[in-house]
Amino acid sequence: MNGARLEAEVEPRQLLVYFLRDNLNLTGTTVGCDTTSCGACTILVDGKSVKSCTMLAVQADGTEVTTIEGMAKDGELHPLQRAFHDNHALQCGYCTPGMIMAAAGLIQRGGDMSEDDIRLGLEGNLCRCTGYHNIVKAIQQAAGEMKSSATV
Amino acid sequence: MAQVVERPERYVGGGVPRKEDPELITGQAKYIDDINVQGMLWMAFVRSPFAHARINGVDAARANDMPGVVAVYSGADLADDWAGGLPCAWPIAGRSFPEPTTEDPRMPNHWPVAKDKACFAGDPVAVVVADSRAHAKDAAELVDVDYEPLDAVVDPERALDEGAPQIHEDLDSNEAYVWSMNNGDVDKVFSEAALVVKERYRHPRLIPNAMEPRGVLVVPAPAQEEYVLYSATQVPHILRTTLAMSLGIPESKLRVIAPDVGGGFGSKLNVYSEEAVGLALARKLNAPVKWIEERSENYLATIHGRGVIQDMEVAATEEGKILGVRVKLLADMGAYLQLVTPGIPILGAFLYHGVYDVQAYSFTCQSVFTNLTPTDAYRGAGRPEATYAIERIVDALARRVGRDPVEIRRMNFIAPFDQPREVASGLQFDSGNYGASLDKALDMVGYDLLRKDQAERRQRGDAKQLGIGLSTYIEMCGLAPSQVLAALKYGAGGWDAATIRCLPTGKVTVVTGTSPHGQGHVTSWSQIAADALGVPIEDVEVLHGDTAISPLGMDTYGSRSLSVGGIALHFAAEKIRDKVKKIAAHELEVSEEDLEWTDGKFQVRGAPDKAKTVADAAFSAWTAHSLPEGMEPGLEATFVFDPPNFTFPSGAHICAVEVDTETGLVDIVKYVAVDDCGNQINPVIVAGQVHGGIAQGIAEALYEEAVFDENGTLTTSHMGYYRVPSAAELPSFDIDSTVTPSSTNPMGVKGIGEAGTIAAPPAVVNAVIDALQPLGVNHIDMPVTPERVFSTIAEAKGGRQ
Repeated sequence: MNGARLEAEVEPRQLLVYFLRDNLNLTGTTVGCDTTSCGACTILVDGKSVKSCTMLAVQADGTEVTTIEGMAKDGELHPLQRAFHDNHALQCGYCTPGMIMAAAGLIQRGGDMSEDDIRLGLEGNLCRCTGYHNIVKAIQQAAGEMKSSATV
Repeated sequence: MAQVVERPERYVGGGVPRKEDPELITGQAKYIDDINVQGMLWMAFVRSPFAHARINGVDAARANDMPGVVAVYSGADLADDWAGGLPCAWPIAGRSFPEPTTEDPRMPNHWPVAKDKACFAGDPVAVVVADSRAHAKDAAELVDVDYEPLDAVVDPERALDEGAPQIHEDLDSNEAYVWSMNNGDVDKVFSEAALVVKERYRHPRLIPNAMEPRGVLVVPAPAQEEYVLYSATQVPHILRTTLAMSLGIPESKLRVIAPDVGGGFGSKLNVYSEEAVGLALARKLNAPVKWIEERSENYLATIHGRGVIQDMEVAATEEGKILGVRVKLLADMGAYLQLVTPGIPILGAFLYHGVYDVQAYSFTCQSVFTNLTPTDAYRGAGRPEATYAIERIVDALARRVGRDPVEIRRMNFIAPFDQPREVASGLQFDSGNYGASLDKALDMVGYDLLRKDQAERRQRGDAKQLGIGLSTYIEMCGLAPSQVLAALKYGAGGWDAATIRCLPTGKVTVVTGTSPHGQGHVTSWSQIAADALGVPIEDVEVLHGDTAISPLGMDTYGSRSLSVGGIALHFAAEKIRDKVKKIAAHELEVSEEDLEWTDGKFQVRGAPDKAKTVADAAFSAWTAHSLPEGMEPGLEATFVFDPPNFTFPSGAHICAVEVDTETGLVDIVKYVAVDDCGNQINPVIVAGQVHGGIAQGIAEALYEEAVFDENGTLTTSHMGYYRVPSAAELPSFDIDSTVTPSSTNPMGVKGIGEAGTIAAPPAVVNAVIDALQPLGVNHIDMPVTPERVFSTIAEAKGGRQ
């Protein structure tokens, strides 16, 4: 869990998102719908972006889970967090953690990061404030930075 | 003493990165559902599945036996808990403007939990309180309500039919009001005009879809009979005053806090049942109670927007010069009058002539009740409706007289002006240069090239046709001059407040009465204060959204925050500077006339080394060791600003679409916006508001509609069915601005929160109709879905055969 080993007992019916929020007090992951439509609760499970309202907590047994709280390292913001700030890619901020995690999954998956690729890749994450314009720009910036730092 | 920190010459006008972001990008924000307290109980609401039903009884026996359940209350059980029903602050009475009001407003009772009848599917009929979210929800499913279903009014056009089901038994019909106004000799203009164009437009009901659902947490302090109410709201101040009245709690004993709020778009500009019930149950049970809305619940229980049918007419000369505008609306109020439900059509009432110079103007709105979720303010509120009607019909007029949409607009624009100018509806527009925004937008979009491409496609008979749509909009912001609100029967004032507190260490606290929920006021207000006081922006802290910290305010909606609350801040800073000047003159032993405000400090003319900063004065005012005779210690000022007029942002949006005439699919290939919101405090934030607004406007034009079946059941009942567009459906936007400072306020600002949502729908729909001209299509309703385009084309072809 965000780089640390965690053992916990969970109710069989508990969704992963409520385990994170209610049991671990990791409230950065938000809940925006009840139909797996909005993507606000997106996190990384073994490096892949997953909507944590669609997964039972018990299914996360033995996996590596990363939430928005685990993105900054040693006081340094993750390139995506910085890029969202630099590009005014958030307004109310409610979708932002999920959006950043979805973008992280997208970048991790590899492949092209053209505007169209990013837009398609974000299809499962809704934002009502920004019109996505600056979110796409931010992800392009971060993807570029991460690629160049990876090749160094 | 305060340290000297380097600061740029000016923050205002720069794209200062947002101060709000650090907590939001790291997951440290505190939204309502992130706040929990010891011993907290959870509420779950039992909602009517029927649009219209008599409640013959509520049996809570099975629910009460469920684990963790503390209590179950029906509407009848709570009947004595209310001092009044849920508030409607804008009771519109029947009226033939400018004649006096003709009737009393027709206001149905609206109890927080329905007692005898449920009037829409989603109306709360009982509430369960339990020790956890899950227990409350489980038990709510076992509350047995004996419903007697009644026929429902689903279609607003059928609401006044003879024999239509009567929704409110305390009223004698389903009519809410008829309100009209008339300027100039409208009938004469229309009867003598060379031509009259008449069209009917429908605005679908829309679901606002703020990404954060609503929620409330009420924490009582029983010994003091005090309550702290946290709510995901845009309006903590209005909530405090109205809930105190509805619950009979002294207002001084109620503190309302809007924590981080995840968007509103008007949907959190309200006083809801769940807030009132939360407060009532915290009082009854002496325990903290919480409720968090689920999305599917939100679709039923949070207000919807729009839901208007317009019969729009213009009278014009043969050349296309518009002489008169006449419009009749049928507005769907839904089942009850929420906070400002009746006023929404009236917010657009004065704008149906848009930016065009006309002689005669008439507006009538008939509003009716239906058995559907109440409507109320949704981003733009009344003004998207007005803009859509005039911009659609101007294009229809252009087609009728055979002119280009650009030409017809230029021909009819009100000429540029920079001082208040009376327009046909009777308003005083503050300033405007409508041609300038259009010219810039045409240039950006490459209008001539697009027309050339279009002509070639038409000639070739391509399956994918190109269409270009214009929207030269105007809106009315800065709600509002209190006296105008009084004339419109609004139940409160339109002022807002700001306090500046200069701390002895040189730091500055700004308190605002606005209540941001994504708009970046903390950053913009910091820019204004830092410039006005000559301090680094890092030294300014902006507080808001808590009635104990910011007791004076009218909150955030209607693009009012900057042009009312921001101006209050401007004047509060002037008061601070006046006092600083007096202190500086006293300490430097010169007269005030010898001082000038330069470089963030008062310095003696000709002797720049003799100067005092605001921080210096703040320290002196705190120690109070040697203040001018009779001066109060401390450096703090409050200003309450009541605007003398509205502000009128405007602009030109141009949308180019490719319409696949074989599948009906509409693809936006270019979207250009040139908005004029007067002077800009932070252009990056302005651009963000425009982007988001356009996205919501495009969503209305192409994707979104709340659909009900014939029984009044919402069939677009969750996010899987109601199509909020994702990044994949939307293009990037090419935006710019013109600057025509407002004459209403000293900062020359107008407001930008709703512009995109107001401007975009007609730009998109006009573009679709333009693309389909070769097929003879002159009308299509929103949302312009592929299915609708396909069937419209088929009908047009059929008609021609």
